[in-house]
Amino acid sequence: MAVGKEIRTKIGSIKNTQKITRAMEMVAASKMRKTKDRMQATRPYSKKIGIIIKHLAQANPEYKHPYLITREVKRIGVILVGSDRGLCGGLNSNLFRKMLAQLIQWDKENIEVDVCTIGTKASGFFSNLRVNLVGQVSKLGDSPHLEDIVGVIKIMLDSYEAGRIDQLYIVSNEFVNTMTQRPTIEQLLPVVACELDENLSGHWDYIYEPDAKDVLDYLLNRFIESKVYQGLVENNACEQAARMVAMKSASDNAGNLIGELQLIYNKARQAAITQEISEIVAGAAAV
Amino acid sequence: MNMTVHVDIVSAEKEIFSGLAEMVFAPAELGEVGISPRHAPLITKLNPGEVRVKVNVNESYQFYISGGLLEVQPHLVTILADTAIRAKDIDEAAVLNAKARAEEALADKSGKVDYATAQSELAQAVMQLRTLDRLRKRGG
Repeated sequence: MAVGKEIRTKIGSIKNTQKITRAMEMVAASKMRKTKDRMQATRPYSKKIGIIIKHLAQANPEYKHPYLITREVKRIGVILVGSDRGLCGGLNSNLFRKMLAQLIQWDKENIEVDVCTIGTKASGFFSNLRVNLVGQVSKLGDSPHLEDIVGVIKIMLDSYEAGRIDQLYIVSNEFVNTMTQRPTIEQLLPVVACELDENLSGHWDYIYEPDAKDVLDYLLNRFIESKVYQGLVENNACEQAARMVAMKSASDNAGNLIGELQLIYNKARQAAITQEISEIVAGAAAV
Repeated sequence: MNMTVHVDIVSAEKEIFSGLAEMVFAPAELGEVGISPRHAPLITKLNPGEVRVKVNVNESYQFYISGGLLEVQPHLVTILADTAIRAKDIDEAAVLNAKARAEEALADKSGKVDYATAQSELAQAVMQLRTLDRLRKRGG
């Protein structure tokens, strides 16, 4: 029977798509678990280094590091963390929209912007815009290493030290839970001091070995690096979670579509049968 | 009972050790140091080498670190370990790489970038189709 051949092919192709999206959903779900673990594994370091920075803010060092001094803002550096692959819902576009809004605002204030990007999507987005892209790294995979992103961070830190940029921001997604990822813009430089520890009041200072400048240099560099690294790992977890949700809704939509098409197909088939019977009956009556 | 101090050893990628110890030995830049409880506040860079944590007479742990930072508070010792050996020239090379990639991305307007644009256009088209579909359903 030739009825609804097109509909049947259509149903077949949607079923194939559904198989793919379902597989991607499951892959994303298992990867999400791993990336979330990795995200949690980076927390102790950033917590510890945060505590040391806090202690330092309370100590009374004779040396003031440039990272701790606020300057008048003429030029801003931004590290944008995007994903390497697409098909993860609105994750990247939400982030880029937020970034664009911020860029427009800076533009109004006559502040110029230097951008470093992490991830293929981020650099793809910015190569279409006229912004000053100074560094880029991508294809880091699911388990990125700190060494991979040292380059882009150092570009920014060097230009901060040279006075080319006066503030440094990181733009990335924050993992709230599996369903929610929030795009955030966070200031990295100058380092903002957090609330103080009561136990350490009074005048005191560390013994610095070899000297305060060296140690502070090292510490603040590592602090920024760990912040960016955490942003990257967190963004990875966000990517997998967003992809899982997007693929799940794609599979559900495909299911709905198949249901609807099946209904249309059945109706068409029944109409054809009815018509045939009525034709036969009419023919028999005529004889 | 002997006095102990809380010791945390962490690297950017994971937590390595956390617990009480009687003494910690670390390869500081100016020579190896041993930290006992109630040491004065100290902050120093570490060379690549071995960190030893003496939990008690019978039990001690050893970790290899590739450089890092040691912070000492009277009741707390924190070691931030690097994940890899870092040297100035290696970092410089990483900078050059990142810059080169940025230039490449800017120069390469065809290829992958076009693919990304095409993908975003496709996403827009899909959204438009979906809106149309919704309108039609409401109309019909």
